[in-house]
Amino acid sequence: MTALSMADQSQTRPVYRNIHVTQIVSYRLPPAGIVSIGHRISGVLMFLLLPFVVWLFDVSVTSEVSYGRFTSAFSAGLWIFPAWIVKLVTLGLIWAYLHHFCAGLRHLWMDATHAVTKEFGKVSALVTLGVSLLLTVALGFKLFV
Amino acid sequence: MTDPNFGSKRLVVGAHYGLRDWLSQRVTAVLMAIFTIVLVVQVLFGAKLGYERWAQIFSAQWMKVLTFVVIVSLAYHAWVGIRDVWMDYVKPVGVRLALQVATIAWLVGCCGWAVQVLWRL
Repeated sequence: MTALSMADQSQTRPVYRNIHVTQIVSYRLPPAGIVSIGHRISGVLMFLLLPFVVWLFDVSVTSEVSYGRFTSAFSAGLWIFPAWIVKLVTLGLIWAYLHHFCAGLRHLWMDATHAVTKEFGKVSALVTLGVSLLLTVALGFKLFV
Repeated sequence: MTDPNFGSKRLVVGAHYGLRDWLSQRVTAVLMAIFTIVLVVQVLFGAKLGYERWAQIFSAQWMKVLTFVVIVSLAYHAWVGIRDVWMDYVKPVGVRLALQVATIAWLVGCCGWAVQVLWRL
């Protein structure tokens, strides 16, 4: 290869420094990558919905009367939101909690056992995704059906 | 003081840098995981779930203490996590500071509300 063709190649070679938002869709993440970004998304989701969670805690434990408001949020709706939106948001929270929980346990396990093989990373990521999604579906059935 | 670690003498390089965040993130996570298991066990293996049972779970003194610890843990855990998110995606210092202040206000507010609910049980 001559020096000239090398220079040509380096000029046409694409350079990726930071992932731009528009490139996200074309990125194919490995299972561990999906668990990782899911951990972040679920964390942010729970952070944003924290007042809703505290509200649920408040009305569910404060009194018999407020408990009625708690259950009616899921049957008659809450404020301007119909019941199905309340249920859908709750399902989102359930997924977020389960995913964050499982992915967190995976972190703790890896820290405690120094499990850093490629294979373990992949298998544990698939288990994390599988367990959290299965439990979400199971609890979703309880919530909607 | 033979080994000052403040002002111009503060150690700002070397290992153990993120150790405190890393460790607090794990300690608070373990506390929340224990709380989750304790709560799920009580819900699954107790009287039929309704207002009576639900309020009874949280009115036990030890459960109140555990819940309080978890509320504080959650706020700290969320602070470390959300701060990391801002540090990753928000570069302008002013905007980042504003978001961090808003995050603290949000978390302290939710924390206070949850403790208030717990305390009057």
